[in-house]
Amino acid sequence: MNILVPVRKVPDTTAKIAFTPDGKSFDANGVQFVMNPTDEWYALVRAVELKESLGGTITLINIGGADNDQIIRKGLAIGGDDAVRIEGDDRDAHFCAKAISAYAKANAFDLIITGKEAIDDNGFQLAAMIAEFMDWPFISQATRLDVEGDVCHLSREIEGGHEDVEVSKPLVVSASKGMAEQRIPNMRGIMMARSKPLNVIQAEDSSVSSEVAKYALPPEKGDVKLIDADNIDELITLLKNEAKAI
Amino acid sequence: MNVLVYLDSADGRVKKPVYEAISYAKRLTQSSGGQVHGLVLGASDEADLKSLGKYGLDVAHHVDDARFSSFDSRAYTMAIGKFVEANPCTHVVFAFNHRGKALAPRVAARLDLTYVPGAMALPAEDGTVVRGVNSGKAFAHVKANKSGMVLAVTGNATELLNEEVEASISAFDAGLSDGDFAIKVVKVEKMGGGIILTEADRVVSAGRGLKGPENWAMIEELAGTLKAATACSRPVSDVGWRPHREHVGQTGTTVRPNLYFAIGISGAIQHLAGVNQSRTIVVINTDPEAPFFKAADYGIVGDAFDVVPKLNAALKAHFAA
Ligand SMILES: Cc1cc2nc3c(=O)[nH]c(=O)nc-3n(C[C@H](O)[C@H](O)[C@H](O)COP(=O)(O)OP(=O)(O)OC[C@H]3O[C@@H](n4cnc5c(N)ncnc54)[C@H](O)[C@@H]3O)c2cc1C
Repeated sequence: MNILVPVRKVPDTTAKIAFTPDGKSFDANGVQFVMNPTDEWYALVRAVELKESLGGTITLINIGGADNDQIIRKGLAIGGDDAVRIEGDDRDAHFCAKAISAYAKANAFDLIITGKEAIDDNGFQLAAMIAEFMDWPFISQATRLDVEGDVCHLSREIEGGHEDVEVSKPLVVSASKGMAEQRIPNMRGIMMARSKPLNVIQAEDSSVSSEVAKYALPPEKGDVKLIDADNIDELITLLKNEAKAI
Repeated sequence: MNVLVYLDSADGRVKKPVYEAISYAKRLTQSSGGQVHGLVLGASDEADLKSLGKYGLDVAHHVDDARFSSFDSRAYTMAIGKFVEANPCTHVVFAFNHRGKALAPRVAARLDLTYVPGAMALPAEDGTVVRGVNSGKAFAHVKANKSGMVLAVTGNATELLNEEVEASISAFDAGLSDGDFAIKVVKVEKMGGGIILTEADRVVSAGRGLKGPENWAMIEELAGTLKAATACSRPVSDVGWRPHREHVGQTGTTVRPNLYFAIGISGAIQHLAGVNQSRTIVVINTDPEAPFFKAADYGIVGDAFDVVPKLNAALKAHFAA
């Protein structure tokens, strides 16, 4: 079974978010970048587990510049067999999905698995768009994925619960918590990753569907009002009259 | 300019977050005088559909086809595509809930429209739409390069309209074949009765400060009094004290309720990222230096085991009055 895993580079979860003075781009000064957690912990690790039990290959795909290679190598250390990096800006999901699906169409994959959302974009959009460009079924926010012959058994999140579904390959899956446990790459994996193929290609279609006119930071929060533990009624009054929350 | 709203439904009734999507769509049409169309796929209830006129829906189109009872984003996208072919709309609006997240980007890709996930407000005068990025730590003002947009709107993006009109009803045949449906739902598991976290107006969330799963009764009682959903920090769900679906934060669910109680949660940056857009935040923590106090509107420095029962009693008295 051949699996394609799109992985994204994102600012580390503790990064201080800042933008260039014109508000048009992210200020990467002093920021550590990591692989998007849901791509790494859930999508990639589950792909590795499936490969371990069923055989096949795992290809990582990423969009960006050469500065992304470190993250891609980490994915190879966790268990990817080879990787493709598409030169380009990963901010427009439509562009990314077009480029990734163009690659997927030219190669034979049974599954495309990625994280449910990127922690910098928060759009929940890439996997769904890839599915549409592939014209494949899509299971979003899946917490389980088992494969039995041609049939995939999945659980997906729904409001206030989950449902179990069945669908035949090929398909696109976006992975949520529960699908797998984080794996720390071992020394052998890291050594092997160095010699695994990482091909760089160009996107055929560079058009974007949206642009960010400007980024902004939220207004500073005012000081907290502290209430004495023996004076709960004051909190009730504030919640009622000031916050109008109860 | 006509606008289409996808009327997400469960058990034949349109879901609550869709009401706001309808009012949002109505306001989108206000300068052009276009109509708001709604499309419901699968079982629906006529009285329920008519009542959506209140929020601004002009026409509810229903597709009575039992095959839509299993959610399949591919088949749903085909149906929405067929509808827009027959009834041109410049914009398509979704609620930013589970199905909206799975479906809206697909529809945008199919119709070649610009997609704005998590729209937080109506388009500004320059046409840009604001949405949250970097897990609530920033906003992006998005400019569309396509002729129209697909917008998935978050809670509190606009006020609900309240008009005394009924939507008119119309049947639509999406004309799909059996081969267009690929996903089979074999089992549905829903928690009984509780309030759904992603739809909740109020959330009571607790962390490792609670010491163990056996101490959650007081959290559930407080949530019951407040008609709130329960949530938790990541380590609490990692060790299995609470189910994964309650995990909020950067790597869990993002919530934006009107009122968020954080009890025995330190306020790590990854936790704050998923909750800091809540309108009012109340923190209860024994440690006056806990970082959560910096993100809070109101705080009580105290022991949860002492404060929560007292708070519950005071709220009970308040709601009874
Ligand atoms: C990549 C990454 C992603 C992450 N994503 C998330 C995420 O999505 N969500 C998330 O929550 N975390 C996330 N974390 C973990 C996060 O960094 C914190 O470790 C976690 O939020 C801490 O949980 P906590 O506040 O429950 O526990 P602790 O940090 O242990 O805090 C417990 C708090 O309870 C207080 N306390 C103790 N006893 C009492 C009492 N009797 N009454 C009142 N207060 C009491 C303590 O003073 C303390 O402040 C992530 C971490 C990483 C590295």
